[in-house]
Order: sequence, then structure tokens, then C-alpha cells
Amino acid sequence: MSRGNRPGRRRRGREASAPPSAGERILVLPGEELPVRDLRPGHGTYRTGGKVYASILGLLSARPPFVQVIPLSGRYIPRPNDVVIGTVTDVQTTFWLLDIGAPRWAPLHMTGTPWKVDVGETGRFLRVGDSVVVQVENLDATGRIGVTMVGEGLGKLDGGSIIHISPARVPRVVGRSGSMIQTITRLTGAQVAVGQNGRVWIGGSPEAIHRVSEVLRTIEENGQRPGLTERIESYLLTTMPTGEQGPEPLPAETAHRDAPGARPASTDDDEEGDLADEADDAAGPGEPGDH
Amino acid sequence: MGSVGAKEVPVLLTADGRRIDGRRLDELRPIRIQAGALHQADGSAFVEWGANKVMAAVYGPREVHPRHLQQNNKAVIQCRYNMAAFSVDERKRPGLDRRSQEISKVIGEAFESVVFAEEFPRTSIDVYIEVLQANAGTRCAGVVAASVALADAGIPMVDLLPSVAVGKIGGAIALDLKKEEDNFGEADLPMALVPQSGRLVLLQMEGHMTEAELAQALDLGVKGCRSIHETMKQALRDRYSVAPLAGGSA
Repeated sequence: MSRGNRPGRRRRGREASAPPSAGERILVLPGEELPVRDLRPGHGTYRTGGKVYASILGLLSARPPFVQVIPLSGRYIPRPNDVVIGTVTDVQTTFWLLDIGAPRWAPLHMTGTPWKVDVGETGRFLRVGDSVVVQVENLDATGRIGVTMVGEGLGKLDGGSIIHISPARVPRVVGRSGSMIQTITRLTGAQVAVGQNGRVWIGGSPEAIHRVSEVLRTIEENGQRPGLTERIESYLLTTMPTGEQGPEPLPAETAHRDAPGARPASTDDDEEGDLADEADDAAGPGEPGDH
Repeated sequence: MGSVGAKEVPVLLTADGRRIDGRRLDELRPIRIQAGALHQADGSAFVEWGANKVMAAVYGPREVHPRHLQQNNKAVIQCRYNMAAFSVDERKRPGLDRRSQEISKVIGEAFESVVFAEEFPRTSIDVYIEVLQANAGTRCAGVVAASVALADAGIPMVDLLPSVAVGKIGGAIALDLKKEEDNFGEADLPMALVPQSGRLVLLQMEGHMTEAELAQALDLGVKGCRSIHETMKQALRDRYSVAPLAGGSA
């Protein structure tokens, strides 16, 4: 989905009615035969009788030597090094169990924290219902998810609220190189941390939290539409609370809180980042009177 | 209201091949599917099919409850089919009964044969089917709704699972029976088809048919399923369509 479609993308920006090219984003459904030659079945596909079919709903991505389907829905599927936000669901003597929105709960062992925790003392550090920022370390074949809380930007979250969005929308919320998230924090004065699992922590005044959650809902509903960052920006500008002129957040603190979400996005190493890129690019110039 | 003259058998099939609601023998009732009807669920769908209204919600893959059902090599699929107390004329006694247990089981097993459960060991995929209004063929409507909900939930599977019932009324094989046809007809044959392979993964029968009639019924049912399959795919496309650049960006 990355190199191959750049020409198509440019063409689309110029002429909206251009015929679908190889670069168009194609929605596929489970059981649909995929029109590919000489490509090996990757994620979200299966092969039977010499043909390749989609097994999940998503966007077709042919990136030799693989053809795969990029999911548009579903639970968070963890990948190593993802920074995620989790909620403690159980406290054991040597570890906590975290709900990170994945198929299974992720154990956070007491040695994976910045604290000195004694056996049996886990409950003094984190209780059921507490929220934390952790990083996925390893995954095994049985679906067990190992997470750690040692690292920059990781730790317990105090105050604020947590909003759930679809993990497939995370790249849009972050924006290219964090552009969307920067727009949101700049214009609301809130602090925002986005986990790759679609959990978003928002800190700040109740009004700021409310505005950010409204914006997140808009992004979730209009995730595939181009020009979203600009629309969100103009929405936030027009609904700026009267009286106070854009409360500027403390820069240092914001940077710290942004770390979890901003970092994976700026590395831009996978198709998801690419999707966000593409959609942002497609926005291009040709979208007047959209707001 | 309908119980006043319940003893009288209505004319199910007229001489010119019209049914009680004017349909031909091979015609489906109108069907409307909305994918993603609920917010909390990982996937959901609402199906209106004739006078049936069925909601399906899918949660998971997630931790298994109760724990002892967990399987260490694949996900378990837990399906619950339930009819609302207000879904039929006479109040239905709420809760599990023998009929809904059986339907839950056969629907769950149908999905077990299409979902790639081995991708999520030690987890559970929970499928809830709630019949809000019933008018015959609710298990088929339930399968259709649940299947769209599973796709909406991003669950990997071989294919969507269209489903329809074929029956025998007035001596003729007819597609998609409605309530009166089901009550007073001679046979009822619900089925669910995997379009990709042509396999049937749900097949039950009530009443009597000859071998030739059964063959004809299966043939008609498969055709009906393929038509419903298109409606299901369209429902998912409508929900996930990549917004066109021109127009409609409200």
C-alpha cells in the first residue's frame, strides 16, 4: 500500500473523477477472492484450492511478496514495542493483569515496573481500576502478552479520563508525524496520550476533556475522509470558548504526555502510518468549502 | 389478534402460484441489514427481514468466562440465541428454554466451522442474538445478523454465512416461509451456506418431504442464500465504504 499507489494518489488529488487505479483503496470482505497473482497470503487472508481469499474485513494491500488485508475494525492486536494504555483488572502476588483491549489480559510483572515491589505488596502500587501506560515487550504463540512499565513515557496515569476509540483509527488521531494530536493539544489546552490500542488518556480541565472527547468522536466517525486535520482545526477554532484565549499548555508537560502516542507515529514504519499519510496527502488542495 | 380464527387453515398458495403475502414460491421477504448498530459491542448488526427484527452483538476475542471452558489451542465460540418476551403475540416466558438452547447450539456450531478460531487460543468469541420481533425464520435471521456482526468485529473467517429457510406449503416447495406458512405448512428446512465453498453448515428439518422435494428445496435454499449474501456484503460495504472524494462529506 505504500510505494505502488503514489502516482494514483497524485492523480486523485487533481481529478476527483479519475477512474479507479491500482492505487485505489479497495474494501474486501471475508470470503472474497483476492485478485492477485504470484503473491503469498499474508495477514487477513487464507489460501485454498490455489486461490487466495480475504478472511477479515479491511483494505486490500498488495506489497510483494505478500498480499494482506489491513483491518478496519476489531480488537487491538498487540505488536512488540507498541505503547498502550491499560486498566488493572486483577492483582496477584507478583503481577497485575491489565486489560489493554487485546484478546487477552496482559500480565505486568512486578519486576517490569520502575518501583521496588515486594512479593505480596503489588496491591499497594496499583489497584483494580488504575490505569497505566505500558509497552508491549513480547508475544508468544499462545497469545500471551508480555508488557513492561520501564521506559520513557511509561507509568501510572493519575487523573484525567480515558476514551476508547477503534485501534484502526489511532493513526488518524495521531496524524502524520503527530500533526493531528498536536493540533488538538494546542487548541484545547488538554494533555493527550494516545495508546496504540485505541485508548486515549486526556488530562486537563473538564471543558478541555469534553472538547477533546468530542473531537475524538468526530475523528472516529469520519476516519476515512480526507482533510480531517484541517477540519478538526477549524472546528476547534470556531468553538473556542469565549473569554479565555486558547489556554496554552505547559510545553514541557505536554511533550512528556504526548510521548507514548507521538513516538510510534513519527517512526512511520508500517502500513498504518502509511494509511494516515496517504489520507492526509489525499486531502491536498482540492477541497474547498468543506467545513 | 391473530388467534381468533386460528383453527382455520388459511389458503397458503393460490392457483396462480401466489402466496399469502403475494410472493412467488422463489421470492424472499424484503430484507434490510444494518452493520454496526451498537456502540459497545466489538461488532454488531441489526436485521429486519419481513416482520422479523433481530439484533446481534459480537464481543471478543476476549478472556473466557467461565474459565474452565477455555481451550488452549483455539478460541471457543459461545453463542446465545434469545427471544424477547415481547417478540411474539402471546408473551414468551423469558429466558433459556429447550428451543433457544438448541438454536444457540446449532448456530454456534455453524460459526465454529467458518471462524478461524485457532488464531486466538484461550479466548472466547461471544455471539449474542436477540430476537425482538419474530415471524418465522428467526434462526436464519439470527445467523445472518451474527455473521455480519462477526465481520464487523474483524473476526477472521472463511466467509460470511447467509442463511434461509425453505418449506413446503400447499404441496409446493417455497422459499423463506413467513409465520402462517410455517404454522400451517407441511415442512420447514432452515439452512446456512458457506458461499465460498458451497458447503452447508446448518441444516435442520421439521415435517415431511420426499427425496425429490428435498433436493429441490436445497437447490432453492442455496439460491436464496446467495441472494442474501449480496445483501450482507452490501451492508458491510455501506458501513465501511471509503468515503468518495466528491460530495457528501457532511
